[in-house]
Amino acid sequence: MFEPRIVCFFCRWCTYAGADLAGTSRKQYPPNGVVVRVNCSGRVDPQHVLWAFREGADGVLIGGCHPNDCHYQDGNYKTMRRVALLKPLLEQMGIEPERLRLEWISAAEGEKLVGVMNGFVDAVRALGPLEYGPIAERVGGPRPTGLAAKAAAGTTGKKPASKKSAKRAVKTPAKKTAKRAAKKPAKKTARKITKKAPKRTGRSAAKKRAR
Amino acid sequence: MEHRIGVFVCHCGTNIAGTVDVKRVAEALAKHPGVAYSTDYTYMCSDPGQNLVKDAIKKHRLTGVIVAACSPTLHEATFRRAGTSAGMNPYQVEMANVREHCSWVHQGDKEQATRKAIRIVRTMVEKAKLDEALVPIEVPLTRRALVVGGGVAGIQAALDIANAGYEVVLVERSPSIGGHMAQLSETFPTLDCSQCILTPKMVEAAQHRRIRLMTYSEVEDVAGYVGNFRVKIRKKAAYVNRDVCTGCGLCVTKCPAKTPSEFDEGLAPRKAIYTPFPQAVPNKPVLDAEHCTYFKNGKCGVCKKVCPVSAVDYEQKDEIVEEKVGAIVVATGFDLYPMAKMGEYGGGKIKDVVTSLQFERMLSASGPTTGEVKRPSDGKVPKEVVFLTCVGSRDPEGHVPYCSKVCCMYLTKHAMLYKHKVHDGQAYLFYMDVRTGGKGYEEFYQRASEEDDVLYVRGKVSKIFEEDGKVVVWGVDTLTGKKVEIAADLAVMGLAMVPSAAAQELANKLKIHADEWGFLSEAHPKLRPVESLAPGFYLAGAAQGPKDIPEAVAQASGAASKVAALFAEEVYHREPAIACIDEDLCAGCRICVSVCPYNAAEFDEEKKVARIQEAICEGCGACIAACPSGSAQQRNLTDDQIYNMVSAALED
Repeated sequence: MFEPRIVCFFCRWCTYAGADLAGTSRKQYPPNGVVVRVNCSGRVDPQHVLWAFREGADGVLIGGCHPNDCHYQDGNYKTMRRVALLKPLLEQMGIEPERLRLEWISAAEGEKLVGVMNGFVDAVRALGPLEYGPIAERVGGPRPTGLAAKAAAGTTGKKPASKKSAKRAVKTPAKKTAKRAAKKPAKKTARKITKKAPKRTGRSAAKKRAR
Repeated sequence: MEHRIGVFVCHCGTNIAGTVDVKRVAEALAKHPGVAYSTDYTYMCSDPGQNLVKDAIKKHRLTGVIVAACSPTLHEATFRRAGTSAGMNPYQVEMANVREHCSWVHQGDKEQATRKAIRIVRTMVEKAKLDEALVPIEVPLTRRALVVGGGVAGIQAALDIANAGYEVVLVERSPSIGGHMAQLSETFPTLDCSQCILTPKMVEAAQHRRIRLMTYSEVEDVAGYVGNFRVKIRKKAAYVNRDVCTGCGLCVTKCPAKTPSEFDEGLAPRKAIYTPFPQAVPNKPVLDAEHCTYFKNGKCGVCKKVCPVSAVDYEQKDEIVEEKVGAIVVATGFDLYPMAKMGEYGGGKIKDVVTSLQFERMLSASGPTTGEVKRPSDGKVPKEVVFLTCVGSRDPEGHVPYCSKVCCMYLTKHAMLYKHKVHDGQAYLFYMDVRTGGKGYEEFYQRASEEDDVLYVRGKVSKIFEEDGKVVVWGVDTLTGKKVEIAADLAVMGLAMVPSAAAQELANKLKIHADEWGFLSEAHPKLRPVESLAPGFYLAGAAQGPKDIPEAVAQASGAASKVAALFAEEVYHREPAIACIDEDLCAGCRICVSVCPYNAAEFDEEKKVARIQEAICEGCGACIAACPSGSAQQRNLTDDQIYNMVSAALED
């Protein structure tokens, strides 16, 4: 069975603590998600979400405090608006917007966290692995105009996991770096890229070679 | 820089090791780039476990430590202390949560749980690689407090802070301190005379050498941040030089203009130049220009003529005073829900339907009726009185949904005092539930219903109207299911408590959070009930939610002790993992300034770049996510760190 990979951005005060509560209550849920703890869901930049999809996530879950409960007054409202703007953008990029989910889970809602995790993993599993080819392929080929076009082309729906891993395996390190540089938001200045890129390249290259 | 991260995987007995193959996690991480040392141990938080971490830091010259164990809320502080004692910066010690977020929630699938644990630890290793050594931010302190509101909570807070050795500025908007408590007749459940217990405190506050009392003044503006507030206070023109005035009261006696007294809730008149009540502190009159004959048509001037010390000054203007303080206690109190909104009970137009505070004034020995219960319409002693609880409260459809907490008790007290004064009278009390949570409260209620024969009727009143000089009350007794109709002489409304209108204005000025009803929000409902989320602001009394006198006083003392604790340090230490701005990259778009909920991001007009005021920033990261140039970053949770963490979380 296809096991989606999920990145969870959880706010420290509500959802992260809710996940802690699910733990202390020994509630069981699937192990597909890994949590990145942020102070506030408002810290989550849409680019973090895009980066997660870019790096092979099949789904991204953002968890924040309920409206009016934000530890920082209104960070969750900011997230709500950002997510609303990001979803159509994802669609334009050919990523099903359902792969991104924003949920309000309080520190007292361990049960809700489990429900959300179960539901989201099932939903993403039903969508299948995220098809995310290099940008060049996209630009060269027919322009996707959203899900409808994709469905018409018959490319949506379940895909075997092997296809994805095959695709991952053929990525060359050089290609990945190039893609990263291209994909990485333009705002990240040259200074930063030069600071970081060589380090990561070395590592991923070594890893890829090992594979 | 070469990364030398140490990874310490905890078994937590079998809590982690039972589900996660800890050896495999340690081995997998040992191979991870940048990891210099990786090991596992039964109980990492035990003394030998902590020593293992300390020794490894020294032996392997670690640049970062990951303890893969429980949630950071549990032992982050423990291991940061251990790291510090081994010479490491505490902010380079991180927890990887493999218990609450992994072993406890994926029981029965060791393979998957182990793989997830590896991903979790790897994610944190990637964070630790870019963690910088941080030091807590030191902020200078002005050890002087502002207390806003001179009710019992404000007075108590001011006294406690002053007695702890710090100066206090106590600001009250009305001419006297005392608040609503000064209006009360007697207090439940002991029936102490309210003024007898309050006035000594009022005098103490006024005479305290460390308290600067500013009555008839309002907070105009607050700038700055914790430890360093600059507060502008408007001293309203009293048209009386209160430094010269001796409080003889001659002007008050001679003043010809009358208007309903606020203190007596409109039941009696006061003069245009007045002291609100005989025990007022300071006991010096103010002139209410709105109702003064001289200000209206330029003729009169009697007060000026009769004043033996020439204290009356018609030319006086509002004055703005600036004070520097380090902490602010907000104790702005409550108002009653407006009777005008209770249309079904006459909307305030029926004379013999009175509010609870009006009834308090009637019961008070110093009140307009000198303590005799007389109805406002004709001054007759009412023989049948109906008391209504939950007027506006607990009514989510029409009014406010919350319970005002004190109405059951004070109406019980009202009914009891009424029966003590009018022995042949009948008191009815309509209730939804009688809520008597408090020391001696239930006994008090029992006394009212059993010894004083107050008739408790369970049900709501649907309508009150006037008929033949009577106040007709239509209600229902839900215990018998029968309709109840009482032709009463007087009805007393237990109106909902709402935050004072001034409090809401002030909350906006201070930028402190309030709930949807306007009550100020505490930092944590259980564990930080006297602090506001905005640092440096503390809450006391009914401004934070409906409460009775003991609770208000307790909260005030709590807030005062928080202020004293803040002032006990030479400087104020703040969490350093906050936002910072790279001036070279900042384009000066000011988006960060507009999204910051604390006004911590400010614009430097000279350099044309934004700047984060370290003393205010809470580290929420809203500005960083909004920054289009990437110049805003969060220390030890930079975008680069997040990107690397995401990548690590997705690797197999």
